[in-house]
Amino acid sequence: MSGARGADDGTVEVRDLVVRYGPATALDQVSLTVGPAEMVALIGPNGAGKSTVVNTLSGVLKPSAGTVAVRGRLAHVPEGRQVFGDLTVEDNLRLGGRRYKLRDTGPVHAILPRLAELRHRRAGTLSGGEQQMVAVGRALMSRPDVLAVDELSLGLAPLVVADLVRHLRELNETRGLAVLLIEQNARLALDLCSRAYVLEAGRIVAEGPSEELAADDRVSAAYLGGVHD
Amino acid sequence: MTDLPGYLVTGLGTGCGYALVGSGLVAVYRVTRVVNFAQGAFAVVGAMCAASFLTALPHGLGELAAVAVAAVVGLLVGMVALATDPRSALIVTLGLSVFAYAVEVLVWGDQPRSFAGLPGAVTIGDARVQSHYLLVIGVTLPVFAGMALFFTRTGTGKALTACASNPYAAKVIGIDVRRMGWLAFAIGGALGGLAGVLVTPVQQITFDADVTLIVNGFAAAILGGLTRPAVTLAGGLLLGVTQALVAGYGNAAHQTDVALGLMIVVMIWRAAQRQTRGPVEEPV
Repeated sequence: MSGARGADDGTVEVRDLVVRYGPATALDQVSLTVGPAEMVALIGPNGAGKSTVVNTLSGVLKPSAGTVAVRGRLAHVPEGRQVFGDLTVEDNLRLGGRRYKLRDTGPVHAILPRLAELRHRRAGTLSGGEQQMVAVGRALMSRPDVLAVDELSLGLAPLVVADLVRHLRELNETRGLAVLLIEQNARLALDLCSRAYVLEAGRIVAEGPSEELAADDRVSAAYLGGVHD
Repeated sequence: MTDLPGYLVTGLGTGCGYALVGSGLVAVYRVTRVVNFAQGAFAVVGAMCAASFLTALPHGLGELAAVAVAAVVGLLVGMVALATDPRSALIVTLGLSVFAYAVEVLVWGDQPRSFAGLPGAVTIGDARVQSHYLLVIGVTLPVFAGMALFFTRTGTGKALTACASNPYAAKVIGIDVRRMGWLAFAIGGALGGLAGVLVTPVQQITFDADVTLIVNGFAAAILGGLTRPAVTLAGGLLLGVTQALVAGYGNAAHQTDVALGLMIVVMIWRAAQRQTRGPVEEPV
């Protein structure tokens, strides 16, 4: 991983973002920021538009209105792993660095050694946790300043999630990687990130430091089972 | 039975043409999920161009230029087809293949065309076989080997495979899926053009010869679910050999019927096998 490429690298600034699918409005005036080396969570129920936010950040979707500014490189770990099942782990990783002509998988193997052991396996034959690791490793291949992770924990065993979280925290602390974590598991997201946004029906309905949100009665009742930290 | 080796060689040569057309369909379908009904037209364009170019250019160069033209035509068809959604794209390619008739008749007329291939004949068993059939086989097999290397060893080939495997994930990592679709169409055009160029010296081509080529090419490709070039090669060769044997030992008028009937039997058998084994992820 390279270090920071500029003072503002690793920042995301979304202003008044609107995304429409035909007549349906998926995101309505959404604004959020992620600062350098910051870990920010975006939580909300199914269908709130969380994935639409990250798909717009990575350029998969085009905004209908508003602005999206990403300074530095942003890499996207999509929901549901989305590995290239017909290709080997090594090929998956290399494709992650293709846009920037980065082929050396060594730095990613150093962070996620398990991927070195699996390098010749077809990604489609791996377990869910291993595929998620491939998806994270593929994103890291581009040596990003910001990592947008969509549903890290979805369908994975708690031990596997804990291992992936440990890697994310390490990358943030040792390499200054900024992280935007999109999660349905609000407790996980609020524990991991210093700041969070709550997205409901395409609108940001709450934002602030994770501790404050966790203490908020409405957020706690809706996303933490009514249990305050 | 002394004619058998001869029938096998001519059947393999003809089957190579079907396999090339079929692999063009596969190249396009894997990446774009579009069944390209203009694939047979690429073969006709390649053949007609070669017939024209060879009046001024030497062998080798003339055929290569014709394949290049077919690749460009493939690219243009892809650009038009992919401007629509995949369901409309199928109809667009069908429309373009019909439009191609008008252009081909306008440019080359409606009479059959051919040009000289590899001269001479070889004796196989008791049969004499045109040497050109061996050239067709000798070119097709390395082309398939080259395609396998391209898709498994090069970055662009793997990016194409990535688009086929998971178009959404390909977009996420910055692969331009639409451009990859265009490239797939260009590859399909080149493969179709090569089929036309190789087959024409032994089978005259008319503007509407695309129907026979696309039907047989599709039959070969569908054997591998439109996604597996190696199975498409096997399917094309099986079709070609069956047709040659039916024509040699039976009635040439029914060679296509019997061959396509055999393909249906093989497909039913494969479907039954899959149902017995359950869903299996098939390698590319």
